[in-house]
Amino acid sequence: MIKSIIHVVHGTYTQLRSLVMIFGHAFRKRDTLQYPEEPVYLPPRYRGRIVLTRDPDGEERCVACNLCAAACPVGCISLQKAETEDGRWYPEFFRINFSRCIFCGLCEEACPTTAIQLTPDFELAEYKRQDLVFEKEDLMIAGTGKNPDYNFYRVSGLSIAGKPKGAAQNEAEPVNIKGLLP
Amino acid sequence: MATIHVDGKQYEVDGADNLLQACLSLGLDVPYFCWHPALGSVGACRQCAVKQYSDENDTRGRLVMSCMTPATDNSWISIDDEEAKAFRASVIEWLMINHPHDCPVCEEGGHCHLQDMTVMTGHNQRRYRFSKRTHVNQELGPFIAHEMNRCIACYRCVRYYKDYAGGTDLGVFGANDQVYFGRVEDGTLESEFSGNLTEVCPTGVFTDKTHSERYNRKWDMQFAPSICHGCASGCNTSPGERYGEIRRIENRFNGSVNHYFLCDRGRFGYGYVNREDRPRQPIVQRSKLTMGIDAALDQAAGLLNRRRIIGIGSPRASLESNFALRELVGAEDFFSGIAREELDNIQLVRQILQDGPLPVASIRDMEAHDAVFVLGEDLTQTAARIALALRQAARGKATELAKAAGIQDWHQAAVQNIAQGAQNPVFIASLDSTRLDDIAAESVHAAPDDLARLGCAVAHAIDPSAPAVAGLESEAAELAERIAQALLAAKRPLLVSGASLGSRAIIEAAANIAQALKNRQKNASISLVVPEANSMGMAMLLAGESADKSVEAALAALSAGQYDALVVLENDLYRRADKASVDAALAAVGVIIAADHQQTPTTDRAHLLLPASSFAEGDGTLVSQEGRAQRFFQVFDPSYYKPEVLIREGWRWMHALRSTLLGQPVDWTTLDQVTAACAQVHPRLAPITEAAPDAGFRIRGLKLARSPHRYSGRTAMRANLSVHEPRQPQDPDSAFAFSMEGYAGSREQRQQVPFAWSPGWNSPQAWNKFQDEVGGHLRSGDPGVRLFDGARMDLHWTAPPAAFAPAQGTWQVVALHHLFGSEENSSRAAPIQERMPQPYIALAEAEAARLGVNEGALLGFTLGTEVLQLPLRISADLPLGVAGLPAGLPSIPPLTSNAVVTELREAAQ
Repeated sequence: MIKSIIHVVHGTYTQLRSLVMIFGHAFRKRDTLQYPEEPVYLPPRYRGRIVLTRDPDGEERCVACNLCAAACPVGCISLQKAETEDGRWYPEFFRINFSRCIFCGLCEEACPTTAIQLTPDFELAEYKRQDLVFEKEDLMIAGTGKNPDYNFYRVSGLSIAGKPKGAAQNEAEPVNIKGLLP
Repeated sequence: MATIHVDGKQYEVDGADNLLQACLSLGLDVPYFCWHPALGSVGACRQCAVKQYSDENDTRGRLVMSCMTPATDNSWISIDDEEAKAFRASVIEWLMINHPHDCPVCEEGGHCHLQDMTVMTGHNQRRYRFSKRTHVNQELGPFIAHEMNRCIACYRCVRYYKDYAGGTDLGVFGANDQVYFGRVEDGTLESEFSGNLTEVCPTGVFTDKTHSERYNRKWDMQFAPSICHGCASGCNTSPGERYGEIRRIENRFNGSVNHYFLCDRGRFGYGYVNREDRPRQPIVQRSKLTMGIDAALDQAAGLLNRRRIIGIGSPRASLESNFALRELVGAEDFFSGIAREELDNIQLVRQILQDGPLPVASIRDMEAHDAVFVLGEDLTQTAARIALALRQAARGKATELAKAAGIQDWHQAAVQNIAQGAQNPVFIASLDSTRLDDIAAESVHAAPDDLARLGCAVAHAIDPSAPAVAGLESEAAELAERIAQALLAAKRPLLVSGASLGSRAIIEAAANIAQALKNRQKNASISLVVPEANSMGMAMLLAGESADKSVEAALAALSAGQYDALVVLENDLYRRADKASVDAALAAVGVIIAADHQQTPTTDRAHLLLPASSFAEGDGTLVSQEGRAQRFFQVFDPSYYKPEVLIREGWRWMHALRSTLLGQPVDWTTLDQVTAACAQVHPRLAPITEAAPDAGFRIRGLKLARSPHRYSGRTAMRANLSVHEPRQPQDPDSAFAFSMEGYAGSREQRQQVPFAWSPGWNSPQAWNKFQDEVGGHLRSGDPGVRLFDGARMDLHWTAPPAAFAPAQGTWQVVALHHLFGSEENSSRAAPIQERMPQPYIALAEAEAARLGVNEGALLGFTLGTEVLQLPLRISADLPLGVAGLPAGLPSIPPLTSNAVVTELREAAQ
């Protein structure tokens, strides 16, 4: 008898407590974000939409080495190497199929020139899947993104117009092979 | 055999090898740079250090260079020893000190031996912080790019270029840390084999410039086992494709043919496959209306219906395609598409090789001969890979001398030192000076008839029962005697001749020599060169025919109105016969249907042009000059990227046309069916079905992969067309898959290898893993099947021709061949065009002096019915009374051996 009274009282208490708790939320700060009116905070290293960056001189960073494409586990990057008049390598086309991309960031890790970077932007929804195929014009940004000071051609041994052999970092003057000194 | 103990395990190896060869042959990984299976050891790089112990009780051991240490019986070595590993890691760290920060922008990256060895050795962090030595690059012509900073000074390039290929314009300069590998000054590399530098160089110093403009990594390409269509040598190649274009040709190891090396025509002459102006859809030439396959077949059947059809095949098309055309028109109305004189010569060559007294040497086997007589063939220009093999035959003397002194053949520096330049005798009798003359003990230049007389004189000197040559001048008789003595003194003499001069007498003289050598019981071999990739196959297809199957016979029949319709397959008739007779024949026929993969003057005259496949888009079988039937496989499906492309193999078109015409269902849906049907034509052709595994071949249930497993971009490369990926193209014709799915490794037995790759080995050095012993033969047998190894019969002697005596005021026309330019397809490739000579007429120095003209003077002359004007090229070695014209070059008409030049004089400017 006593047992069942205690059960009823306890049951009533928990019911009331739940009611208070639930109605209490009406006066709390909201957890729901009013997206898209309110922007989402994303940490700087969030892995979202992929961009191609430029070096500090404003030139394309990508040298079309194909390492990002090789690293991509879903094979959603394809590109073609071409060469400018001044000897720089660049991608003639650079295509990312975002309908396949899993935003794993392996392309960014593989990139030797820090050209390809993932950004804190996930807003990629499209009505047509075909519109998720991004070409180079869609991927290129104007700035350097992360690593603002890195310029591959200042380090690389490849000579380009304005940077002959021996002018890269830690490079000696070219050897004079017709010199007589040992 | 010797027993060696490696890291406690016992192995049986060839005691004549060095430890590096022995370990690699066993499948053990020892890193190395300067050693190369074809170049031997010099011990320059110190990378292959292993620890050797004096016996099983020795625990200290000492470091030795495995490439310089013989694999003696009861050797105890350790590859995994800590000290040896640390030594190798240090060596690679030193080698990498000056290596630039370049891999992303290096064309070697991804198939780089230096990358492979660095990973294998475990060096992954640069400690060196100081400045790097740099070098200035050189411009080395349209084929090879030079980036000297990447050099690790292994000396492989100069050892290959100078010692192996006989080049003179690449050398090493400077001293100690500053050595430089290049030319004295910028300029095109002269050797016809310069392309091999790209594979011999373990780093990215020498790379393929023709590939650089549209570069992609090796792992991103689709490959197939292919056969070079550049000449009749039958070299094995690995063409690589990306985005629907052929990007690069790599060597494919065949231990009986080309092993590690190709010529530059074969390597860089692929550009015709990618030409924009290729026919890619069936097209009605007059209205330029393109159409689908069924519409084209209906159109063609409508055109051909109830007409008497003649078919003209081609020596540059596969056996299957020619056979399908023969089925379409019937054996009686099928013609070879080869000029009469050339066809007769090829048939004679076929008879000599097939039934003649001497066995036919494979290209690899030529290297093992110790005396060579080249009669009437400029090999460097007509069958370049054979010229490279003959250089090795000449160098064989050094190995022999070294062997006598107890020095192993791989000890390269010592072998060269002991030889002091001694060479096996090579005699060259040719029209003009050749690029092989530098290894000749004696070379002589004469008109074709005089060359044949010399050949007959040699035969007579070898065996007096051969007919003597009447009225031979004493100088030639003495030379013949010296050649005969050298051939008789040799253990294995080799005779090389061919059909490139169009002279039947030369081939007959070669047959005389062959018979004479046979009569003297010599262990001799013969090799006869034919002009085109499938000339020999065509000769075999027509072997039983007694009727005249030449292009002249076909044109005469057309002009006479015996036929109302012409089907011409992959053949430009204007390169085969004079313009007037082709024009007349084509004008006389009502319907012309052409199938080709290039636009030619013949296809321009066709009513309907069907787009046939080149070697890259189709499969087929070729028969090389050695009588080796070899299959080439489709590299890629062009319609994957461009659905509007309707290219099909020649045999598919011909068979579909036949089926449409007869209202029958298509019987041949796969290559194996047509190959099997073709093999029935002639008993000698029966083995061609064995030339490669059939489409049902599987390894552990898998097809074979055309691409490395790292192949990238599968879901993006075609996404610009549609984001919905189609199924990968299926290949019913072969055991290869159009993707990276399938078997790609080296462990299982397989003969057909699309690309060389084995875990840890991405460079062409991966061929080690496919060989029975390094540098030997493929473990599962070299690809291809030899057709000419049947019973041998004696030949009848042929009488020598009369001495060459041109009529007053006439010059006999002789064909001068050019590696770059004389072959139809490769001369459409842009890099080859850069190396092609301008058309010219060549005369001997004395003739030019007599005419009072200088080098470059414009000469006018009459050739047959044509009046031509060409600049003069004076040749020091060309005989008197002949006028040399570059075969196959633009504006040069088809040449026959009996053509004469008349009315030769300086043209008014």
